[in-house]
Amino acid sequence: MSQWTDTIRQISGVDPRKCMKCGKCTATCPAYDHMEYHPHQFVDMVTTGRVEELMASKGIYTCLTCFACVERCPRSVEPAAIIEAVRLAVIRQQGGNHMTPDQIPGLLDEELPQQAITSALRKYSKGG
Amino acid sequence: MQRIGVFVCWCGSNIAATVDVVQVAQALAKEPGVVFATDYQYMCSQAGQDLIGAAIKEHGLTGVVICSCSPRMHETTFRKTCQKAGLNPYMVEIANIREHCSWIHKDKPTATEKAVILGRAAIAKVHLNAPLTAGTSPVTKRALVIGGGIAGIQTALDIADAGFPVDIVEKKPTIGGKMTQIDKTFPTLDCAACILTPKMVDVSQNEKIDIISYAQVEKVQGFVGNFSVTIRKKARYVDESKCTGCGLCTEKCPQKKVPNEFNLGLDTRRAIYIPFAQAVPKVATIDPDYCSMLKSGKCGVCAKVCAAGAIDYKQQDELITREYGAIVVATGFEPIGMDKFDEFAYAQSPDVVTSLELERLMNAAGPTGGTLLRPSDGTHPHTLVFVQCVGSRCDGGEKGKPYCSKICCMYTAKHAMLIRDKYPDTEVYVFYIDVRTPGKNFDEFYRRAVEEYGVHYIKGMVGKVTPQDGKLKVQASDLLGGRQLHIDADMVVLAAAIEPDKSARPLATMLTASMDTNDFFTEAHPKLRPVESPTAGIFLSGACQGPKDIPETVAQAGAAASKVIGLLSKDALTCNPCTAQPDELKCNGCSSCENVCPYGAISYIDKPFRGPNRTTLIRRVAQVNPAVCQGCGACTVACPSGAMDLQGFSNKQIMAEVDAICR
Amino acid sequence: MTYSYFPGCTLKTRGKDLDTWGRASMEALGIHLEELPQWQCCGAVYPLAKDEIGSRLSAVRALAAARDLGTPLVTLCSACHHVIKRTNYDIRHDALFRDRANNYMAPDTAYQGEAQVLHYLEVLRDHVGFDTLAKKVVKPLTGRKIGAYYGCLLLRPSKAMAFDDPENPTILEDFIQAIGAQPVFYAQRNECCGGYVTLEDPSLSQARAGAVLHNAAAQGADTLITACPLCLYNLQKNGGKLPVVYFTELLAEALGLKEVPV
Repeated sequence: MSQWTDTIRQISGVDPRKCMKCGKCTATCPAYDHMEYHPHQFVDMVTTGRVEELMASKGIYTCLTCFACVERCPRSVEPAAIIEAVRLAVIRQQGGNHMTPDQIPGLLDEELPQQAITSALRKYSKGG
Repeated sequence: MQRIGVFVCWCGSNIAATVDVVQVAQALAKEPGVVFATDYQYMCSQAGQDLIGAAIKEHGLTGVVICSCSPRMHETTFRKTCQKAGLNPYMVEIANIREHCSWIHKDKPTATEKAVILGRAAIAKVHLNAPLTAGTSPVTKRALVIGGGIAGIQTALDIADAGFPVDIVEKKPTIGGKMTQIDKTFPTLDCAACILTPKMVDVSQNEKIDIISYAQVEKVQGFVGNFSVTIRKKARYVDESKCTGCGLCTEKCPQKKVPNEFNLGLDTRRAIYIPFAQAVPKVATIDPDYCSMLKSGKCGVCAKVCAAGAIDYKQQDELITREYGAIVVATGFEPIGMDKFDEFAYAQSPDVVTSLELERLMNAAGPTGGTLLRPSDGTHPHTLVFVQCVGSRCDGGEKGKPYCSKICCMYTAKHAMLIRDKYPDTEVYVFYIDVRTPGKNFDEFYRRAVEEYGVHYIKGMVGKVTPQDGKLKVQASDLLGGRQLHIDADMVVLAAAIEPDKSARPLATMLTASMDTNDFFTEAHPKLRPVESPTAGIFLSGACQGPKDIPETVAQAGAAASKVIGLLSKDALTCNPCTAQPDELKCNGCSSCENVCPYGAISYIDKPFRGPNRTTLIRRVAQVNPAVCQGCGACTVACPSGAMDLQGFSNKQIMAEVDAICR
Repeated sequence: MTYSYFPGCTLKTRGKDLDTWGRASMEALGIHLEELPQWQCCGAVYPLAKDEIGSRLSAVRALAAARDLGTPLVTLCSACHHVIKRTNYDIRHDALFRDRANNYMAPDTAYQGEAQVLHYLEVLRDHVGFDTLAKKVVKPLTGRKIGAYYGCLLLRPSKAMAFDDPENPTILEDFIQAIGAQPVFYAQRNECCGGYVTLEDPSLSQARAGAVLHNAAAQGADTLITACPLCLYNLQKNGGKLPVVYFTELLAEALGLKEVPV
């Protein structure tokens, strides 16, 4: 068991062992085609201690945080909270920020609402 | 001073592995009044019981303490042992050093110390025990079965077969229950109606069985062997004794728009109706919510066409009170509502149906005459998606049930197979989490669906169903294939979880029968007494105790009947002598005990007492009916003046135990 | 009738149309939205990490201020509504968070979740009533076919949001009917538009927005309405011809407050 499993449980407040592996989260995920690991695999990999593989995966940044998996999970597992916890496990490390303020000007356009910038910084960097 | 013997059981290694039984016996031997103490491998074995009997005689024991398992397990055994040896059975106390000690501790010295303390408490109690003699009460040789589904029918038939009269109370206008709505049965695919309706006829023709249909239990009083039950027979506005069941009224009634509950609302019936052709009793019933005569006094068509003159718009509910020796609960189940699962679009499309609705859509007596057609447009469906575990195995309980509903895997395999058999041009998908098939010929049946009938079983779940352009867009996962699937389906079938019938909870309260958190009735012992409620005289039959298929239900129904027969065969029952007794001199007549007594065993009388100077005082004092008292002790706690005491569990005895523990 | 109002950052800049027409319409319906004094950014995204207290504090401040004023707190932006309503839910249900937030902020009176958080649409539905609204419409949008775009944040997770049926919502469709237009139902109305990853993975947000717009257009919608500035941006940027507007703009048109664009 990876030391990370406990970290993820603490951050997310979710017990991944409640998962009965029905795959409803994966059935429901609108970002399915853009992730190499899918929501049910996130939960399983945290349970079995394969957290480092998840931390290196691009999928933790493509979760849309749309809460469809949270809403429809029959076991109250909240895969979205687990994915966010894995992302935070990366970001909270020294130099782990996935996005930094100096990248922002290059991403702006006229119409972009600032909530997009605030939320991106909050999701992808420490202390955003 | 009592002469007490202490017997410490090893229970093999169950106790001895964690408790030093020799040390316990030695320590307890030093307690005051203990004249003999020993340990033995299995105290409940014949050799162990002989050992106890011999010691009683040899040492002239007046009290016995057994340190063993829970009294629920073997108290009766050891009481009988002592009785044989000439000791009053109520001079025996059990110290539970297994469930309360060895099974819950790991450290041997701690467990041993605790076992000694528990033994000490039992010894302290025995010092204050007094011999008790159990009285007897007569048995009313008639049984009541609540619920007329296959469980209730089988139980009633078996009890009647043994010669005892039985009443069936059924809340619907006909007996038959859920099985009447089912098309075929797994794993044999025989027709449900073909095997059920003969039994329904047997019930109606059996002289020992009285069907009280369209009725519900209103009040239960009394105790095992002597129940008094009030039943409300609802007005059906038709005289059952006159109605011939010809059905003319159900054809002529002008109110045609009543949702037909027998077909789960998939079609309509009239305001006066007979639920289905083989209904028992086959008499018409007027639905007061829809009948214009009853609502506004205008119409009267059914009365005009009835040649038998059976229609009675003035009929009132009738209250019937009868005496019973035993009560069987057979209240069955209901599929849960699908309103909290709208990701499957049940409320949004008529083509999303539950499995029970599909039964009606495939049944020759159903709304489509047995041809599977889409409810929305009456067309033949080509692609069908079955979703398993809808509302079963859920966490939390807000949305679904935590348990497996048990029957869904098999009926879904049946549905899938029947559809593929009858309509080979269909594609049938079953999304499953696990396929559970424990049962004779069950897994073979499921494999046939896959191998012979080509049903697509996909491990995964449906995430969302959306009605669009006449199709149902199904988005699902294929976990073994590592894919997200998008299927355009014509129909989606939901395997809805099952739950106990809504009438079960209030009934349990009336019967003082316990239920679990899911409202299933609790059995007296999960393995050894599966068809009895912990409340004496109440028996459990069918799905009211937990999800069950038909063969299991019938087996349990028969088992419940045999328990009832065993009870009704007795002429008298031995009462529990551990009943409450008031000290009339202390009683202040406050009624606290009467108010808390769940069995109605306490009443008050005005009684003359001698006062000062040869006067007579009339005082109001509590009186306990020992035949009704179950010895729960609630009154002894409620009594503010300490007047109420429980024989065998007196306040003094309990305080002595506490003192012994704290010593 | 006066309610407290939390506009949020975006409604002061890029999302002015949502705010301006929302306030004007409420005023016309007899409800004054009083901007909460000294409100701060809600944080834009609700932190799913249980151990993050700080990023929820500005929402707690807004809630405590509304409690002190004794009026319900109305929000209009989906994201603000989501963050503030869920934070209020946490305060009510998570004792550890409640204690830590109060210990940190040390308000005069500890905040225990007393405030009521309402979305603008909930005020229309539950306080004004869609029947009353329909009667006040002067320029009904007759003949218009409008698709409601709910997105994610208003509906899910339904346990905390308690806004509408998360799988089969009707509040926006009822609104569309109240202003005289015809609601168009389409599958993607409560599926994500991908707005949150618009900076991270534009291809994903394009794919998602495309799916929503294509689906709505195929069902015959001539316009989409939303309550979320980020959804609006994302759908407009990645969309085709289908116009996407704030629901308050159509409300103002129907009430005769806003010129109908030609």
